[in-house]
Amino acid sequence: MSAKEVTDASFQSDVLEHDKPIMVDFWAEWCGPCRAVSPILDKIAEENSDKLDIVKLNVDDNPETAMKYGITSIPAMFVFEKGEIVKRVIGAKPKPALEADLAEFLA
Amino acid sequence: MRQVIIIGSGPAGYTAAIYAARANLAPLLIASSVEFGGELMKTTEVENFPGFPEGIMGPDLMMKMQEQAERFGTEIVYDDVTELELTGDVKRVTLGDGSVHEALTVIYATGSAYRKLGLADETRLSGYGVSWCATCDGAFFKQKKVAVIGGGDSALEEATFLTRFADKVYLVHRRDSLRASAAMQDRAKADPKIEFLWNNEVAHVYGDEKVTGIGLVGTENGAETTLDVSGMFVAIGSDPRTHLIHGQLDLTPEGTIAVDGRSSRTNLPGVFAAGDVIDPTYKQAVTAAGSGTVAALDAEHYLAALADAAPAQPVTASV
Repeated sequence: MSAKEVTDASFQSDVLEHDKPIMVDFWAEWCGPCRAVSPILDKIAEENSDKLDIVKLNVDDNPETAMKYGITSIPAMFVFEKGEIVKRVIGAKPKPALEADLAEFLA
Repeated sequence: MRQVIIIGSGPAGYTAAIYAARANLAPLLIASSVEFGGELMKTTEVENFPGFPEGIMGPDLMMKMQEQAERFGTEIVYDDVTELELTGDVKRVTLGDGSVHEALTVIYATGSAYRKLGLADETRLSGYGVSWCATCDGAFFKQKKVAVIGGGDSALEEATFLTRFADKVYLVHRRDSLRASAAMQDRAKADPKIEFLWNNEVAHVYGDEKVTGIGLVGTENGAETTLDVSGMFVAIGSDPRTHLIHGQLDLTPEGTIAVDGRSSRTNLPGVFAAGDVIDPTYKQAVTAAGSGTVAALDAEHYLAALADAAPAQPVTASV
């Protein structure tokens, strides 16, 4: 199962008004590390579907949201809760390292 | 038990895999979970790999090497090595998922990792304007000013690549001449967007939530300058990735793994090393590939000698 794509248009309803913690994976086609980390995020989402939702936002197609959150490096994986950023993770990392970064949302 | 496990998925690892697979050794290659393909995954056009007169994109080249290795029976695992036991006759490789793999030989080809400047603010602002990968992050600096730190091929490649997006690229180098190849130098010097700042080192990275500027100090006159940039790309070289083998394999004074002459033989029987992790000097895709070949052939000879030695006893006993 691969993550749902959110857009500039859907960001408000899909992310900011989401009813549980949700992580947005800011990515782009040309970004090798993004492609590497994507299946790992899918796995984490699958294993923790009751705790954390994970969605993707293509920064090329949705520059407004990427700029609003000051993205300057991808993959950038931001966790939102009640419309606020509560965690920022930047750069592709192995699964155990990402799980450690996200521990408070996976427990 | 395997005949050979290869650790690393850059040109050295894949070339070793191609040779080992063609020698029917059915190698297992540990490619890493997020950094598979190695350094070339972060480059754009590779113009100096023989056989590609028009140039080839780094990631495409690595994909071709991977396909070639798989074609002859290499098994690839996308995970990270967490532990290595190399001293015994049987080598044990533990992966991130907890699985343990055993082999008679190991080819260690983990390459090198980007060097940092070593400033606290560099770490703090990493991902917020401080970057080690222009091809990954360059597009976020459209019409902005950025600085590239370094004077080698990778620094000039990053600077040239960044001119696609940035209005202005400062190239900050602590010496007054470049180590980069003549072709890269000519291209960068001809680019009106690139300005060279010689004999300068980075002393500060400014910014609360993202980079707003960097502070330079002249290496000869101590003069301080501030550059208003929103991005800093660090390309000051790399260090061999040896953390997994400390205490097991001997290192050279340069920090690379020590090998016997032009071979890939380390201080431990059955353990071979190849690529940038043994090379403090050349560090090219094609030299790494050549080094991977050497390692595969050395491993093959070692295994052949083991096989010759092993059945000798029962044969003599039965005669």
